[in-house]
Amino acid sequence: MNEVTAKAKPRTADETGVPDHIQYMHPVMVANMGNWDYHDRPRAGVLRHVSKSGQEIFTVRAGTQRQMDVFTIRKLCDIGDNFADGHVRFTTRSNIEFMVADEAKVEPLIAELTASGFPVGGTGASVSMISHTQGWLHCDIPGTDASGVVKSLMDYLHKEFIQEKMPNRVRITTSCCQINCGGQGDIAINVQYTKPPKINHDLVANVCERPAVVARCPVAAIRPAMVNGKPSLEVDEKKCICCGACYPPCPPMQINGAESTKIAIWVGGKHSNARSKPTFHKLAVANLPNNPPHWPEVAAVVRTIIEAYKKDAKHWERVGEWIERIGWSRFFEMTGLAFTKHHLETWTGARKTMNSSSHIHF
Amino acid sequence: MKDGETTEKKAPAKQHPTPMLDQLEDGPWPSFVTGLKRLRDANDKPFAPMANDLLGQLNHSYEERLGFWKGGTVSVFGYGGGIIPRFSEVADRFPESKEFHTLRVMPPPGFHYTTDILRKLCDIWEKHGSGLIAFHGQSGDIMFQGCTSEATQPAFDEFNKLGFDLGGAGPSLRTSMSCVGQARCEQSCYDEGRAHRSTINRFLDEMHRPALPYKFKFKFSGCGNDCVNAIQRSDFAVIGTWRDDIKINQDEVKKHVARVGRKYTIDTVVSMCPTRAISLNDDDTLEIDNKSCVRCMHCINVMTKALSPGDDKGASILIGGKRSLKTGDMLGIMVKPFIKLETDEDFEALEDFGETCIEFFADNALEHERIGETIDRIGLPAFLAAVGVEADPNMVNHPRTSSFVRTDDFDEEAAKWFERKAHEAGLTVASE
Repeated sequence: MNEVTAKAKPRTADETGVPDHIQYMHPVMVANMGNWDYHDRPRAGVLRHVSKSGQEIFTVRAGTQRQMDVFTIRKLCDIGDNFADGHVRFTTRSNIEFMVADEAKVEPLIAELTASGFPVGGTGASVSMISHTQGWLHCDIPGTDASGVVKSLMDYLHKEFIQEKMPNRVRITTSCCQINCGGQGDIAINVQYTKPPKINHDLVANVCERPAVVARCPVAAIRPAMVNGKPSLEVDEKKCICCGACYPPCPPMQINGAESTKIAIWVGGKHSNARSKPTFHKLAVANLPNNPPHWPEVAAVVRTIIEAYKKDAKHWERVGEWIERIGWSRFFEMTGLAFTKHHLETWTGARKTMNSSSHIHF
Repeated sequence: MKDGETTEKKAPAKQHPTPMLDQLEDGPWPSFVTGLKRLRDANDKPFAPMANDLLGQLNHSYEERLGFWKGGTVSVFGYGGGIIPRFSEVADRFPESKEFHTLRVMPPPGFHYTTDILRKLCDIWEKHGSGLIAFHGQSGDIMFQGCTSEATQPAFDEFNKLGFDLGGAGPSLRTSMSCVGQARCEQSCYDEGRAHRSTINRFLDEMHRPALPYKFKFKFSGCGNDCVNAIQRSDFAVIGTWRDDIKINQDEVKKHVARVGRKYTIDTVVSMCPTRAISLNDDDTLEIDNKSCVRCMHCINVMTKALSPGDDKGASILIGGKRSLKTGDMLGIMVKPFIKLETDEDFEALEDFGETCIEFFADNALEHERIGETIDRIGLPAFLAAVGVEADPNMVNHPRTSSFVRTDDFDEEAAKWFERKAHEAGLTVASE
């Protein structure tokens, strides 16, 4: 670092952009790019892709903790060198995949991964790794810690990761604030704020660009105000929907509270276009406590929903499609969750979410 | 943990007790806490004290149920984005991790790596950072988490010399991601990696020097299964599709039916077709009404050996997907039902359309408005006019139901439609 301070001018970046992926790919994949014929899954956690050329490649998928120390990554590299062919990739859900051309390498690779603590699975009709965000570990506005929620839940869901016994794939997401960086999921575990921001009026004028903060509020509940002789902002708490949108541009408007930051669980999000069009997840339950390090109340609800889905859904139905078939009345009945006025949409496009027909479920 | 609380163990230096985090070390799933402790306990490494204080601060968060990081401004020479600055608000107690910035580094398309390149990335991060890396963030970045302000530049320099570049942050073009695609998937309908690289690399200026009204994301999926969540999570989603017929291998269909049964095939394939386009013949072959098929991928997902996408492949483009902020969730809108992606000119046309959309966004969006919100505000017809795309029935679930629209130029618009249709049919029209 001394050399940096010594330099008058730092190095000018070489704006290389997105790196070339082909240099890192398994040679069998390079040779058969765009020429694959079909795939199957010999067992949970393993994919076999067959090329029109007749060549095959086996993929072994394993779960990781996503937030990895260099020692873990090097361990995975060792496994890749010793048991696979030195090529890996990651899935969008932070699973690692090892590709081997020789089927004989599959079982030893699985054995080594399992022995090293990396569960093999996440394929087909399984519960894959939970896509998650940064949380208390690194985010500047988090209401909870995604890594901890995910670790607790994946410990419980481990069995459903290493086998393919669900009706269809289950994609779970977590998000540490209502921005929902974790994205849509069959089940989404998201922070839900319950109280308006607590404003530190001494800091607002210096820290926040007040007109931008006023403009950020989705319900126009924020207005400029003089407080204790200083320019600040005030919130009309009757209008405030506690979304937290003001907090990132104005940290003195603290939205989190040890007790007031809660967890809501949402169901039925789906990004694939298979069968039904992509959907957003919908509210199942709110106001669960934000209870580290194991979030038992959250885990209990997730468990209930997963068990009901597993028992009742038809093969290939995703959670949202299952609920669409059985109806929301039955979903709430089967899960024992309450349906409240807060489940009624009040946001943009609300009317399109209502039932304007005589179709009802008993 | 309270100040002054002493550790019972005689640990080297001052090791923070982490009673809350310790409970996340059991269980079958790999533990990030155990990983952080490995960093803490690597006494010969420069990052060990930083990992110790990071663990201390994180345990403090678990106890207080609050986060203790704040943002700021950190960047590397010549760039305005790509670093997520984090300064600790409890640095008095956890000084070694008081600066804990993240370098967002763009991944290769499809997230392919060799173990060799991963080791090199680890070596750099061991030298300059905390040793903590996430593969990958929700936008696709490799997140090198935990860097002091001072080490940011040398860390970036080494990544950059290795052929890696910073991704996006702030109001800018963001890092993109693409599915495994044609590298290993028979369902792929275009070269996702090429589209990903060539498109993003054309607009690096918009990424490295943030000047857009808000974020703008591209994502590339090779088929309707949309493995990278492009429609929900990107402003510009490129989704593979095809125009001709699904390819059927009837022998494999028969084998499939023989293996799983007729009822199961009907229940899981025929009945689940969203447009009732499939029927099972009496001889256990499939009949597909391709004019009614919407390329949803379901039957192909179930019968991977018997069915596959057609030969006339390409992609659809959907614009305007995003999550809640500010006016609510939006899925992308189908704006280009089909483009070919085979020749150099095809890929260039994709990039050109990306440029048109980014320019439209830069010129017309309000501050902190996503392009989907801009489209909602001005109406899809105005957006289409601005980006030079004609209205198409594939853009809608159904035509408008409200009569509140001025239609006195309807005949002229209809004439354009018929002219376009005649063109597509290869006819010459009177006006030419």
